[in-house]
Amino acid sequence: MPRYLFRLWFLLLSVFCGIAHAELTIDIVGGAAQQIPIAIVPFAQPGAQVDALSTVIGADLRRSGLFRLLETRGVANQPHDLEEVKYPEWAALQAQALVIGKVEPQAGGRFKVSFRLLDIPKQGSLAGLEYDIAPAQMRSTAHKIADVIYEKLIGERGVFSTRITYITKMAGRFVLQVADADGANAQTVLSSKEPIISPAWSPDGTRLAYVSFEKKKPVIYVQSLVSGQRYVLANFKGNNSAPAWSPDGKRLAIVLTHGANSQIYSINSDGTGLQQLSSSQAIDTEPVWTPDGKWIYFTSDRGGSPQIYRMPASGGDAQRVTFEGGYNVSPHLSPDGKLLTYVRREEGRFRVTLQELASGQVQILSESAQDESPSFAPNGRMILYATSVNGRGVLAAVSTDGRTRQRLSEAGGDVREPAWGPWVN
Amino acid sequence: MNKRLIGSIALAIFLAACSSKPVKEEPPPAVVDKSPTTAAKPAEKKPAAPVTESATSAPMKDTSLAANPLKDPNNILSKRSIFFDFDSDEVKAEYRPLVEAHAKYLVQHPNAHVMLQGNADDRGSREYNLALGQRRAVAVKKVMNVLGVSDKQIETVSYGEEKPRCSEQTESCWSQNRRTDIIHAGE
Repeated sequence: MPRYLFRLWFLLLSVFCGIAHAELTIDIVGGAAQQIPIAIVPFAQPGAQVDALSTVIGADLRRSGLFRLLETRGVANQPHDLEEVKYPEWAALQAQALVIGKVEPQAGGRFKVSFRLLDIPKQGSLAGLEYDIAPAQMRSTAHKIADVIYEKLIGERGVFSTRITYITKMAGRFVLQVADADGANAQTVLSSKEPIISPAWSPDGTRLAYVSFEKKKPVIYVQSLVSGQRYVLANFKGNNSAPAWSPDGKRLAIVLTHGANSQIYSINSDGTGLQQLSSSQAIDTEPVWTPDGKWIYFTSDRGGSPQIYRMPASGGDAQRVTFEGGYNVSPHLSPDGKLLTYVRREEGRFRVTLQELASGQVQILSESAQDESPSFAPNGRMILYATSVNGRGVLAAVSTDGRTRQRLSEAGGDVREPAWGPWVN
Repeated sequence: MNKRLIGSIALAIFLAACSSKPVKEEPPPAVVDKSPTTAAKPAEKKPAAPVTESATSAPMKDTSLAANPLKDPNNILSKRSIFFDFDSDEVKAEYRPLVEAHAKYLVQHPNAHVMLQGNADDRGSREYNLALGQRRAVAVKKVMNVLGVSDKQIETVSYGEEKPRCSEQTESCWSQNRRTDIIHAGE
């Protein structure tokens, strides 16, 4: 790991000690062909030893692969207000954009955070916002600011304030966790001696469906992230697995065996109204709904090898979607419904693959050998997946153009089954 | 066990040293299981047989009690695992005698039950492997059905790749994990 990454890691660890037990370290490779050169001046923060805000904002922007962060320490003036900005100094750095800001203590232990995003060539302000926050909201505010910067400069919504879920196997226990999109602030939502797999976000981001083996067989639960309460969604004879929410959150596609082969069903989110959708002599599993709710994509080996198919969401005849390769599994659709990602086995390597549905054009995105569980970010720019490094499971993400890759690894744990959560609000 | 305890204490001390609160936008999602059907209780422990130094135990001379064919290492019924090729649920010829022996036992003992537990190696999708493990259990069940075993005597379950017998990334290890285990009731 390069030394600066180690320093960044250490900085994050020391600043956010409270969540350090689950801190994911981030390692970034590559970047977009056209990166926006951006300078972020450390925010003025009287009394604080370390400026947490600009560090988190910079890390967010860098992870997207769309920005090149410029070193600002050599610049004579370190502005925190609009009047203090000397544009020629930043133009000399080749900066296209500049971020400045400050944190001011308020009555009652609260803080006022203000920032400005400036266009250097045009010498004008692109955005400027103020936040009145509690101390504990420093990090989430940094993500919000990064989202504003991303949206102003890229022209689409950022995902820095979203969350991810994944399962960590640690000391013989299986732990279902929810963390911020950068891996920080991880919180345990379920811990079990028996395996947990296949967590799936409800469309509003308030609930997780997952499969737990705590009853000595796979059973599907739905758990509220707000209250922590949960209920059994499906515990039929045989296996109950692979939950996927419909876009309106009212139903879930699930997989049941009833003592025979795995088949796809749908069920209301309260566990009533079971309906069989597929009926083949083969394995049908891993259902996902299209964003318009009209189709269900799934994995089936009805043609002799596992491939991706789709069928109407109410059931019916299926059409094959993948044709290249002898093993294509774990489909997931982009939020606009135009791209399909899945895992392909080729020459013994399992890699994240991207298929444009209209043209059928296929691109292998990942470079490792044991990739699993790909899911799109809510803006469709990145794909989060699980991979293996030295026999240990870690999370990774790749941009849909294949140019930016990052790994998020947790010290000591074996991480798997990630899923990127939706935008909330 | 000691190591784990020390590790837990070390982790607890480490976490206790960190006093800042994680950023929370909503109440901590503590897991409160209100589901009436949840059975996430620790397995009940059977009372251990009392150990008394002054007593000595001896087997009964009655041979009919000792001859449990399921436990006799010389009997094929003591063999319980059927192994499969990658992405295959075909019961290979070499395992036919094993499956036939268990089927014969079940036909002869109509009150006996088996659980067929299907498993897969850890390559590829966990959900597909769960389905594959299920099909490996069903494949053995079908052979038993053809040999006259009633559906009522057989239950199938899949653990997918979640219960590996061997955890190295080698073919010899993977091949041990691609299997169906026959578990007789009461075992």
